[in-house]
Amino acid sequence: MTWLTGILKDWAASDFAWRFRTSPPVIFATVVFLALIFCAAAADIIAPHNPFDPATLEIMDSRLPPAWLEGGTTKYLLGTDEQGRDILSSIFYGMRISLLVGLAAVLFSVTIGVLLGLAAGYFGGWVDALIMRLGDVQLSFPTIMIAFFIDGVAKIVMPVAMREEMRFYVVILAIGVADWVQFARTVRASTMVERRKDYVAAARISKVSGARIVLTHILPNTIGPVLVLATLGLGVAILTEAILSFLGLGMPPSQPSLGTLIRAGNDLLLSGEWWISLFPGAALVLLVLSVNMVGDWLRDVLNPRLR
Amino acid sequence: MISLLATRLTSVVLVMLVVSGLSFCVFNFLGDPVNNILGVNATLEQREELRVALGLDQTTIVQFWRFVERAAVGDFGVSYRNRQPVIDLMLVRLPATLELVLTATLTALLIGIPMGIYTALRPKGLLSRIVQLVSLLGISMPQFLIGMLLILIFSVELRWLSAFGRGETVRIGWWTTGLLTVSGLKALIMPTITLAVFQISMIMRLVRGEMLEVFRADFIKFARARGLSDRAVYLTHALRNSLLPVITVVGLQIGSLIAFAIVVEAVFQWPGMGLLILQAIEFADFPVMSAYLAFVGFSFVMINLIVDLTYLLVDPRMRVK
Repeated sequence: MTWLTGILKDWAASDFAWRFRTSPPVIFATVVFLALIFCAAAADIIAPHNPFDPATLEIMDSRLPPAWLEGGTTKYLLGTDEQGRDILSSIFYGMRISLLVGLAAVLFSVTIGVLLGLAAGYFGGWVDALIMRLGDVQLSFPTIMIAFFIDGVAKIVMPVAMREEMRFYVVILAIGVADWVQFARTVRASTMVERRKDYVAAARISKVSGARIVLTHILPNTIGPVLVLATLGLGVAILTEAILSFLGLGMPPSQPSLGTLIRAGNDLLLSGEWWISLFPGAALVLLVLSVNMVGDWLRDVLNPRLR
Repeated sequence: MISLLATRLTSVVLVMLVVSGLSFCVFNFLGDPVNNILGVNATLEQREELRVALGLDQTTIVQFWRFVERAAVGDFGVSYRNRQPVIDLMLVRLPATLELVLTATLTALLIGIPMGIYTALRPKGLLSRIVQLVSLLGISMPQFLIGMLLILIFSVELRWLSAFGRGETVRIGWWTTGLLTVSGLKALIMPTITLAVFQISMIMRLVRGEMLEVFRADFIKFARARGLSDRAVYLTHALRNSLLPVITVVGLQIGSLIAFAIVVEAVFQWPGMGLLILQAIEFADFPVMSAYLAFVGFSFVMINLIVDLTYLLVDPRMRVK
């Protein structure tokens, strides 16, 4: 275990750790983010109720206000929805789906973006022109619009029986495809710098294949800025998913994300039952805000040039 | 300058080609134009006859060209859902969305620029700090939540404003406007704020950042050395140079406002193009989707082009060479 304590000691003495220790807002945001991840991951254990188990739902308990308002009970801290589901538990489970979709979508767009960026930067010529012009065309439209269209068309084209269970993957695909360009651009730029360096020439002379040079030699040297962009992209992806779900194009009510919960509560807003939609909304804002603060800080510390 | 124009025009053509290709795919391959016109109960002979009449027996390229020709004069076929020409449906909804987007842009400029100037001039003031904190929230909050909060406060609790619709409208030719009646203007308030909050925050941060940058430039030092008043230095010299990037960003943001108008229209049941496309997706109304795609593509391309040209006009450095 000595190597582990060694690594930890090195890390604690690093510039990075020092800048982390000396910026209280970021510590706070990180703690909030980790706490939210914990709530989402451990929803099965820590949620006071299981919103997916119809046996535990009592219709008499529907639309109860939060505990501190008149008519609320401590059994349901943040109140209940139309079918008597506990809002707090729904938020934990919903956050899990929001986070999973967001992470998967970012991973997907990073994969597409990095591969296309490497190809464009390494091979140049018409490959580069094709990929980057495609990116230019896509960038003239907002991400949300592209995700909206992919999602909308996929929703219709799919056979009815598969629609609900495939939603998860369709949403990930839609958001992932909509957001690859920024990763491709960054990777392309650093690949074009790297490929002229001596170590690449050395690898070429040693008859290493092109694909191997790109993936094992160049890729590790281009990935730094991508990680920072990916953190910032996570906030955008979670928000995009929430918007799609709010419009009824994202996650279905059988697998509700935070956006789906807000959509469901939106109809009850006019009758004054604000807690059904606004508590999941507050959770969403907290999640996105903490991700964005950590992402902004990472960008400033690791790569100020990305600003 | 000529070469710059040429690159811009090439990219316009490229984008329009991709967009019309996608729009054509939605119209032709996802939708079934024959069913669209005849309904499901037509006989095989009738179908074949119509296929030939519509040119569906031709090659895809020829069909694509015909689609573009018809789209250019606004003919996108008939809506599956209410059997009206798509172009009519679009024209009825267009004024609502455009009025919403334009008032939101105007609001964002009128509030964002002065706030940006103020926070740049007094970066340590209490009001500046509050404004900055609020703007951070404005950037992180999804629009639909802002809209729902407004509805909760002004419609449910205070009962001042109606939570949905456009209010009374006045017809001027084919254009219906809500800007001329009291109820129309009142109905516009909450959707406009909802749509503008993000823009206000962004313009404010942009103007502030640019002004702080410009303050460090040499020509500001010279202006001070010449003994010009603070007012002249800040508002004439600094502000003019800070507003250049604002033009680009505001122009490009009008495009994303059209996208986010879908969300705002869903929250406030605003009868614009956004609600139209949401209903079209729900009912698999492909001609409407195809037309909307073409409309969005065309407006974005035009906005980008206008922004580039404005830049040429405003920034003398771009005109040299």
